[in-house]
Amino acid sequence: MPRILAMTSQSNPRYSTVAIVLHWTLALALIAMLAVGTYMADLPFSPWRLKLYNWHKWAGVTILILSALRLVWRLTHRPPELPLSIEAAMPSWQLRAYHATHGLLYALFFIVPLVGWAYSSAAGFPIVLFGVFPLPDFVPVSKELAAWIKPWHQITALTLAALALVHVGAALKHQFLDKDGLIKRMMPGRG
Amino acid sequence: MKIFVSLRTVPLVLLLASGLAQADQKLVPAQSEITFVSKQMGVPIEGRFKRFEAQIAFDPTKPDTAKVAFTVDIASISLGSPESEAELPKATWFNTAKFPQATFQSTRIKALGGGKFEVTGKLGIKGYQRDVVVPMALTQAGPTTIAAGLFTIKRLAFKIGENEWADTSMVADDVEVKFKIALTGVAKL
Repeated sequence: MPRILAMTSQSNPRYSTVAIVLHWTLALALIAMLAVGTYMADLPFSPWRLKLYNWHKWAGVTILILSALRLVWRLTHRPPELPLSIEAAMPSWQLRAYHATHGLLYALFFIVPLVGWAYSSAAGFPIVLFGVFPLPDFVPVSKELAAWIKPWHQITALTLAALALVHVGAALKHQFLDKDGLIKRMMPGRG
Repeated sequence: MKIFVSLRTVPLVLLLASGLAQADQKLVPAQSEITFVSKQMGVPIEGRFKRFEAQIAFDPTKPDTAKVAFTVDIASISLGSPESEAELPKATWFNTAKFPQATFQSTRIKALGGGKFEVTGKLGIKGYQRDVVVPMALTQAGPTTIAAGLFTIKRLAFKIGENEWADTSMVADDVEVKFKIALTGVAKL
């Protein structure tokens, strides 16, 4: 859509419905995964812990698949450009931060689950998706490797969480400080 | 260095082999392994026992008189994850403090032909004795005979995993046990 048209109609161009659905579905999924992941790691050895670990892995692989779909969608459907008035009001460091945050978030959507998968494989627990579909191991079973990988699932997940907070903070700043309505282009409904 | 050592030990091995020609067969631990696969929520978890001993009197031509006895040191269990390893000695699982060893004692060995045998015997784990039938295939290369086979046991028959862990939807009842035992001193097939 030509940007000038969007300006005159007084509404910012919105993300596509598919992008909006994927954004919010994955946002909720990632919050739930962070909560469950943090909770289960401290549980004593029990069937409940084992269940949570398996559910966490199944959900992680599902998120990985959805993230792949999301990336393909993003690459084939250009997201709306920043409205000119908003872009003009942003200092260049903010523009750079805006692109860098999105890029890093996308990278982590893949890195976090893949590191978790690698840890599971290295620890001798191959992932069997939904208890039915065995997934391949892409690292060997090795206690040393498992111990080395283990902290990185947490580190990358917390990095993802921190960047998501930056992302939310920026969205809220646009909404409540700049009052530019930028958030509407990712909001469900008719904007 | 390695070659040097092995060359030096050759005469010793020959001496031992000739001396033991009439004795029972010997296990070669470095070439032997006992592994198992249990399933947790559909996930195959492989483990192994690192220490075991065998007393074997086995002449392939006279299987009726053969005797095979095994003892496996349960504490030598090895799994991918240290967390699971730390659980297995506990009373709910193997109770290694009270039952440090698993045992097997053959009662009957039947030749099936072509180097295949059917070994019937008593398997003892955690104080429970259960009858098992173990298929075994022998292959020979030089002085070494490899006995290999695979059989399935029901873990709950030995109370491996009690209380909340008795739930077979979490940990399957079937545990597949695989062995490859290297022996010296076995007569030609």
